[in-house]
Amino acid sequence: MTDQNEPDQELKRLRETLRTAIPPMGDAEPRHDLWPRLLQRVEGRVESSAFSPGRQWFAGVPWFDWALLSVAAAAMLLFPALIPALLFHL
Amino acid sequence: MNVLERFAAGHLEAFEPLFRQHQAEVYRWVVRIVRDPAAAEDLTVEAFWRLYQKRGQLDPQGNCAAWLRRVATNLAIDHLRRAHPAEPLLAEPADQQRSDCVTQQETRTAIGAAMNELSPKLRAVVQLILIEEESYASVAEALGISLSAVKLRVFRATRILRKKLEERGVRP
Repeated sequence: MTDQNEPDQELKRLRETLRTAIPPMGDAEPRHDLWPRLLQRVEGRVESSAFSPGRQWFAGVPWFDWALLSVAAAAMLLFPALIPALLFHL
Repeated sequence: MNVLERFAAGHLEAFEPLFRQHQAEVYRWVVRIVRDPAAAEDLTVEAFWRLYQKRGQLDPQGNCAAWLRRVATNLAIDHLRRAHPAEPLLAEPADQQRSDCVTQQETRTAIGAAMNELSPKLRAVVQLILIEEESYASVAEALGISLSAVKLRVFRATRILRKKLEERGVRP
């Protein structure tokens, strides 16, 4: 597998010594399926990014709706008599 | 459209087939460096987690296996850096330990200690090239360095190892 010429006999001897003391791992396989652990991590992230769905709803409302709501709230505060008229139009 | 193309295009359901396609290969590579099955599993999950995080920047025509191997190699080297230096080299069959004579055990201990004294980068190269007999080219690609840089690392590592072993009375 090694694609190098190793004329160095010392290197070969060192390799043999190392391999005798530290056996190669070879084609080791994971002891169990790692997908559930990874999935847990992915879902954890999705949950944290989608945390507080209210915030997402909040962010999805266009700015002019907020402006309209602000005008209506201000009008109700300044002119409480308009409240029945506003309710009538809802 | 292949699995990587689908995943890069935002189809998250393609992540599982992509994982299943590469997990054994990534694990095998990592365990050869760290020699600790539990740590290798953690690092494999971490490598795929990074792939998931980078999904928006993936090249659909790119080499996913090579990308994963490079990330996993860096993670494994970081693990060696963090691991306790006195941590023994794991994954030695118990039967083999029992059958060894005292001299062999001493040699094994001396080699383990000498290996632990190598820097993580050199240790990874020794593990992959001298012990696992991986090709210089694949190690160069995984480390993101040139072939000559890998040769230099092997040369430096073997010189240090010989010196350390001789200090411990082991003559390779």
